[in-house]
Order: sequence, then C-alpha cells, then structure tokens
Amino acid sequence: MNDFFNRGPALGLRLVLAIACSVGLMFVDRYTESSTQVRSFLTSAVSPLFYAASLPESLISGASEQLMSQQQLLSENHQLKARLLNQEAQLQLLTFLQQENDKLRALLGSAPVVQGQRLIAEVLAVYSHPFAHQVVLNKGTNDGITVHQPIIDEKGVVGQVVSVGPTSSRALLISDNTHAISVRAERTGVRTVAEGLGQSDRLRVIHLPLSTDIREGDRLLTSGLDGRFPEGYPVAEVTQVIKEASQPFMTVYAKPYASLDRIRHVLILWPGSQVEAVRQAEEEN
Amino acid sequence: MRPAQGIGFIYLSLLAALLLTVIPVPFQFSLYRPDWVLLVLMYWALALPRRVNIGTAFFMGLLTDVLVGTVLGVNALAFSVVAFVVAVNHLKIRNFSVIQQSLLMGLMLALYQLLLFWLSHFLTGVNFRAAYLWPVLTGMMVWPWLFWLLRRYRRQLKIQ
Repeated sequence: MNDFFNRGPALGLRLVLAIACSVGLMFVDRYTESSTQVRSFLTSAVSPLFYAASLPESLISGASEQLMSQQQLLSENHQLKARLLNQEAQLQLLTFLQQENDKLRALLGSAPVVQGQRLIAEVLAVYSHPFAHQVVLNKGTNDGITVHQPIIDEKGVVGQVVSVGPTSSRALLISDNTHAISVRAERTGVRTVAEGLGQSDRLRVIHLPLSTDIREGDRLLTSGLDGRFPEGYPVAEVTQVIKEASQPFMTVYAKPYASLDRIRHVLILWPGSQVEAVRQAEEEN
Repeated sequence: MRPAQGIGFIYLSLLAALLLTVIPVPFQFSLYRPDWVLLVLMYWALALPRRVNIGTAFFMGLLTDVLVGTVLGVNALAFSVVAFVVAVNHLKIRNFSVIQQSLLMGLMLALYQLLLFWLSHFLTGVNFRAAYLWPVLTGMMVWPWLFWLLRRYRRQLKIQ
C-alpha cells in the first residue's frame, strides 16, 4: 500500500490542484472577455469529434435520400416549384414596397435600412447538455463567420454565434439562461427585453410596468437596439400575461417562433452595418 | 509497481465514451443519456487507480465541457471529485457484488449531477428539473454491462 501512489503528488493534493484549476477556468470562462477566444480555440480543437459523431446520422439521411423513389422526388419538386412561384410573386410586391420605403425614409432624412448578406448553415446533429441551450453549426471562420453574428430560421430568430473554429461554430439559442434579446411589440411599439429560461418553448419578457399595453398574442420583433440583431425579425409571441398589483412589474411569457428543439438548417446573417464596414474597408484598400 | 502497459487503449475507450456523449439520438431520448465518460472513468479508476485518477478525470471533464457546451471547468471539477472518491475507496468497492457496485455507482452519479447542477446554478442560474436526474438511473442500469465489457477489454488487451 505504501508505494501505491508514489508517482507524483498524493491523491488529496491532486484533488486540490484539480479543483483550483477548475475554479480558475470557471471564473475565466464566466467573468472575463478572453473566454470567447479560448472557447473558439477549443471548439476548433474538438471539431473532428463533432463531425465523427454526426457521421452516422448524415450517412443514414444520405442513404434515405438515395433510396427515395422518383415519384416522391417529382412530387416534392412540384410542390417546391409551386411554393417558389408563390414567394416570387410576394417578393415582387416587397421590392416595390422597399423602394417606396427607401424613398420615404430619404424624404424624412433617416438612414435607409441596409439589407445584409446571409449564409445557410446546417446544424450538426450533436448533443448539448440540457443546462446549455447551444447548437453546433457546420460553418466556421473559413466561411467568414465571426463571433456575435445573429442566426435565424424560416420562422424567426434562433440565436447568435458565440465561438468559431475553422470548420464549425457554436451558437447560443435565445432560450438559454444566459441569453437576452432586445425586442419591440409589433402592435404597440413597446420596447423590452426577452430573456431565456432554459426551456425551449418559453421566454420571459422582463421589466414591463403594470400599465404597459401588452396582450396575449402580441408579436415581438427584434428592435435592433442591442446592436447585434438587425431590426424587424420575429422573435416570439406573447402567451401569458400575469398582472399582480403587489408586484412592480408584470410577469409576461412568450413562445419563440423558431422551433428551437428541432432546428436543422439556419441562416447566418451579416447585419447591414457590418456589410457596409467591409465594403468601406475594401474601397479603402 | 508493474510497468505501464496499454495506456493507449485506456484513452481509446475514453475517446469512444466521448463520442457516445455527443452522438445524436432521437429528441425524446436525449434526457436519458447515461454519462458515458464518467462511467468509463469510474471503471478505470476502480481497476487501475494508479494509471487513471484525478489528472485523467480533470482532462476528460474539460473535454466534456467543450463538447457539450457547459461552462468550462464545471464537468472537470465534478469528474475530479468523483474520481477521487472512487480511487480512494477502490479496494472496498472492488469487493462488492456487481449489483451493490451498481447502487454505489448510482450514488456517485447522483453526486456528479448534484455538483454539476449546483455549480451551473451559481454560474448561470439554471433552474432544477427532476428530469435532469434520469442519467443517474440509466447509468445504474448500464453499469453491470459496461463493467463486464470493460473487464473483458482490459484482460484481452492485458492493460495494466
């Protein structure tokens, strides 16, 4: 027994060392700014594991696509074409409206809303701990992704990029405990903040005085005031408003439009101002 | 002390456990996923406490943190504490029957979940849900099979 742990320090000392290191790491990760760089580096180090883990699923889905019958493919193609036509028609109207809007904004002397660039990314089917609402995307710095870029899907805002590796990146969802997003009610224009609760189907809208006009069914859009999310994207629908006279604020819950627990494809956005900055930098060079 | 042999195979089994940790499963089952890395770590800490103890546990915990997206260091701390308890008591635990061991491992897994929740609660304000404890139960059910499998693995490859 005496020579049992005779290489290196004793077990108790090792435990103390390990605990000290972990506490240091937690502190650095939670309370300092350098953590995004550390995390980005570590994410790039483990990204082969992500790809290896998602391999079986991508193989199966690839095989099922191969085995799809021609009949099915044709009918799907038909449906998609019909949908595209429909949306093209709507888009024509939108272009007209946008031009009109730009003109009106010019008349008012306010800056026009710049349409940013976007990129489609796939969510790698890997697990995240229930404590952390995050997803891994298959795009990274090689595709020009940077930290803090907003992510949306076809229904609404999904989250933002928090760490980037060369071929993969990690995004924080709006339902995470540590996430909050600045929103505006579409009907009344009330500006407020929606924070995550760690549940994929519920957000909490905070700091609303009792006299605020907000109802169940109100649409909450991004307000653009946080400087991260561009203005006007749908975030959530108000599902529950609880008014208690003894409380200074109302308790308001909202349901995100994006189905956060089963996202497969997302759009990564480059906010207009960033695109402008890049363009300016290119002109200067 | 016998010379180390087949340390690489230990890391291979831990790597497989890491892969099992992030491999996708249908959405309904994701809450029942056993803590594979911790189970494999506990086996090695039990069988070869001189080779695998707190250092390895800390490193694997850190990797798990990066993979599953918890705050860095949370899993590392919880793994280290559990590995310490197992390594200190390895002679006692080895004498138990597999069923008793499985119950004891359930206790260790519960300790791990508790530490993890507690730290996350302080750091990011996570709220407790009873569903977070499912991995303890599934881990207990998996332990006898994992124990048998890893013992065969160790003996076949003569890992010391």
